[in-house]
Amino acid sequence: MRIDPVALEDVAKELYIRALKILPDDIKRGFDTLARAESVAKARGVLGTMIRNIAVAEATDNLLCQDTGIPIYNVTIGRNVDVDGPAIKAAIRRGCERATREHPLRSSIVHPLTRKNEHTSCGIGVPVIHVDYSADLEGMKIEMIPKGSGSENNSWLKMAIPAEGVDAIRTFVIDCVLDAGGKTCPPTIVGVGVGGTADLCVHLAKIAATRPLGSRCDDPDGARLESELTAAVNMLGVGPQGLGGDATAFAVHVEIAATHITMNPVAVNMQCHSARRASATIDAAGIRYGF
Amino acid sequence: MAHHELTPPITEAQARVLRIDDTVTLQGTLFGIRDATQIAMFDRGAGTRFDLRGHAVIHTAPNVRKVAPSPEHPTGYAPVCIGTTTSSRMERFTRPLLAQCGVRLIVGKGGLGAASLAALAELGGAYLAIIGGTAALETTWIEAIEDVDLDELNPESLWRFRIRDFGPLTVAMDSRGGSLFARVDSAARARRAQALAALGIRR
Repeated sequence: MRIDPVALEDVAKELYIRALKILPDDIKRGFDTLARAESVAKARGVLGTMIRNIAVAEATDNLLCQDTGIPIYNVTIGRNVDVDGPAIKAAIRRGCERATREHPLRSSIVHPLTRKNEHTSCGIGVPVIHVDYSADLEGMKIEMIPKGSGSENNSWLKMAIPAEGVDAIRTFVIDCVLDAGGKTCPPTIVGVGVGGTADLCVHLAKIAATRPLGSRCDDPDGARLESELTAAVNMLGVGPQGLGGDATAFAVHVEIAATHITMNPVAVNMQCHSARRASATIDAAGIRYGF
Repeated sequence: MAHHELTPPITEAQARVLRIDDTVTLQGTLFGIRDATQIAMFDRGAGTRFDLRGHAVIHTAPNVRKVAPSPEHPTGYAPVCIGTTTSSRMERFTRPLLAQCGVRLIVGKGGLGAASLAALAELGGAYLAIIGGTAALETTWIEAIEDVDLDELNPESLWRFRIRDFGPLTVAMDSRGGSLFARVDSAARARRAQALAALGIRR
């Protein structure tokens, strides 16, 4: 099948708005789990307000959070799809601009040196568009993530060395969560990238931070590290909004890649409690929206 | 733990009464301010035509819709979604906000640091924590955008909102050196060794 750039432009627009308004079901369930387990009364109150906000956003058809984020589109191209690559990227950009103008949304994007805002949510290299391929997909999938800056400003990379071992990774994650405190809008999803090159390691941390709750690292050692770190991070007592409590993180997610014999890189990227994402699948049956 | 209903402008004495863990609901007027606003005001000498003495500011840059100016929307902006940004980036502006502009209350999320705490104590002010990421709810507490200054910085303009029942907010930093964020941070760092031990790390 052929992907029509005009239809894709509408999908890119719709995805940005949907992502900002409707929180995925896995995150809503994550809130319920944390609220039931929370032992600190004040923290239960904070979580209750966050849950109420989700309902208010849906009832008033409004954005969950005022931060429209940095727009990220993850495009996965499956089998039997005929795409004009440059046309697809241009269509996504136009859809992002139209969402900003037509809804309207706050354009949160500025030139990094002049700080000029074009009021389009676009700029050099933004929206961020990643393209990948999957043998398990008929058609095409587009995931949209409006990545909030409060959590994105808390991102770290450490080029640890082999002699420091996995303990360097574990210690680094704990220290990042302590340094983030309430600035990342906890409870967060703590994304951890392990291995690769410096840039791949940070990218893995972003994939980990934006993965659905309940998903696990494909690698069994990575999955074990996720469980250990989730329990340890939630012993710290940072709590929702950094005001104290048990619910510091929904989960720690780990993504790994092979690395060099001399290297032991670890990166942390966090996703705030407004862990927004939306997706659309385009195939022979049409366009379906989901998370 | 007391609850306070405040309608700014307030006096220094009213600000100094507030204690951490108290709650506050604001009425009337609230000013929206952010990174670029304060860089312009304090680093570039832009100043503002607004009289901020005794007032509350909130760390925000709203989503707005351009409309025809009317009594309901005198600035030609209707609110769409108004929430709160992370305060810590604006740490160095707390002192000039209080000292030069006479601001008494700062509403934000994530907290401010030691220099801000010293300024609140010395000059008489408090930091009120809102729950970040709950902008849909927060927007229902805002009645109108009454005025805007420094709009060339849009969306980081200096906004004057008319608010109703804005809160409850938690007094998280007070004029006696109390800070909920510092208290939670110390307690969390004290548990670091325990968390590392649970991960099998002992050193």
